[in-house]
Amino acid sequence: MDYMILIHSDETYPVPAPGAPGFDEMMAGWMAYNQRLIDGGHWISAANLQPTGTANTIRKSADGQSAVVDGPYAETKEQLGGFYLISAADLDEALALAADIPVPAGSIEVRPVSFRPDAG
Amino acid sequence: MSRSGPAASAASIDAALTRLARDDGSRVLALLARQYGDLDLADEAVQDALTEAARSWPTGGVPDNPAGWLMSVARNKAIDRLRRAASARRRTLAAAPDLAVFAGPADGSVGGPGDRFESALIDDANHIADERLRLVLLCCHPALNRDTQVVLTLRLVGGLTTPEIAAAFLHPPATVAQRIVRAKRKIRDARIPLNLPAELSERLDAVLGVLYLIFNEGYLSRGAGEESVRTDLADEAIRLSLLIDTLLPGEPEVQGLIALELFHRARSAARIDRSGDLVLLEDQDRSQWDLRLIEQGNMFLHRALIRMQPGPYQVQAAIAAQHANARTADDTDWPTIVALYQQLSAMTGSPVVALNHAVAVGMADGPNAGLALIDGVTGVEDYHLLHAARAELAGRAGDAATAADAYRRAISLTDNPAEQRHLRRRLDALGSSGPRP
Repeated sequence: MDYMILIHSDETYPVPAPGAPGFDEMMAGWMAYNQRLIDGGHWISAANLQPTGTANTIRKSADGQSAVVDGPYAETKEQLGGFYLISAADLDEALALAADIPVPAGSIEVRPVSFRPDAG
Repeated sequence: MSRSGPAASAASIDAALTRLARDDGSRVLALLARQYGDLDLADEAVQDALTEAARSWPTGGVPDNPAGWLMSVARNKAIDRLRRAASARRRTLAAAPDLAVFAGPADGSVGGPGDRFESALIDDANHIADERLRLVLLCCHPALNRDTQVVLTLRLVGGLTTPEIAAAFLHPPATVAQRIVRAKRKIRDARIPLNLPAELSERLDAVLGVLYLIFNEGYLSRGAGEESVRTDLADEAIRLSLLIDTLLPGEPEVQGLIALELFHRARSAARIDRSGDLVLLEDQDRSQWDLRLIEQGNMFLHRALIRMQPGPYQVQAAIAAQHANARTADDTDWPTIVALYQQLSAMTGSPVVALNHAVAVGMADGPNAGLALIDGVTGVEDYHLLHAARAELAGRAGDAATAADAYRRAISLTDNPAEQRHLRRRLDALGSSGPRP
């Protein structure tokens, strides 16, 4: 079964910039995690998003009106920062994998996928 | 299969049906859920079979082997349901082949019944213990909220009906039914597995939390009225705790919880007086305590403690044991209780435990020592028992004004009528005996 893992974290949490001390170690954690998903046959897709300063939201109403709004869907302390789309045997396996995502602090939502048109 | 004659009384058939639902129902449910990988199907099949028993037993008599009867009837009901689902699916496919894309075999339930376990597993005790434990862990899965865990455990493991659970918690039956439907849907759609996790202790904590909550709901609600029509949740909790002890033998915290429940249950007859009012521990008629339950509690606590793996339920049981084994209130070993509360406080960090510790210190070292500690308890300012405890200790210290204020605050913070009456009586007693400013 496929699960979407949505990673919400505080964007203001200090993260080392490329080249700064600690950056390579941080990236090594993510690379190792990705490799683990690939080796275990869990990997489907993943992305890291740019900060919510770049976000745009289109508000559509039922009467056909739509408007582009500057900013993310909701202004909250923790923001959607990235996702993994994985394959797991069941919720316990998905939760165990999600719990190991090397994000230092935040909320990780795990949702079963209803269907994926690209999965045939 | 020979059957008891139709002469069997209606009452004995009712008792046999209740036993079937509560004892054998979850056993069969656990086996079928595993076998077909579908909790909902297993539950429906068991309910169908129980309905069948309620229909046919009063005239046909109770089978010699009710558990075996339930297993084979429920399995047939499950197969019937699968056949019906499969033919409905075939009809759908014939009408709209495109839908097949979204109804692949991944959901398992219509892929054809696995017949790997067709032999009668009902007799294999170890296997069943395993399956029932999986079912308990599923009902208490962290992906379900606590209220749902409680309802699902009573329904699927305890074999209580939805109306029985609704009556026990004074909820509308429709609310309970909907909670069960939602939970079963989440279990299916998010694929929450019937697994034995590698790391059992965290999951066991959740199970113990659910059982203790059920026990307390039953225990604390006594005297709140209408108890005669309410299923006795305290006894249900003890029954389910004993079940966990057989499924997971030798877990000291499970034994600690059982001991704790037994010590409390032993005192329940003395806890409420004839008019339905609460009686303080020190004022209870100890001759009404159930010595047999206290003895059993001592035995379970002893079994737990010799394993030398202390935990919060064992410490709470040890505290309850100090009270249960004191012949009179004056015999209570308060210094030992203070030490146990200190241990418990270190384990849990709970402000309620800190409050109980303060009360014990008040009993061991005098009310002023207790009051000083109560003033340092934070995070439970709106907890009525904090104010009740302050009132008791202030009353003992001769400070009637502080005591009266604290009683009034406590009364305003509880909805339980028995507790309100009790606190009001304590408040009135202050006026008659203590000095007033």
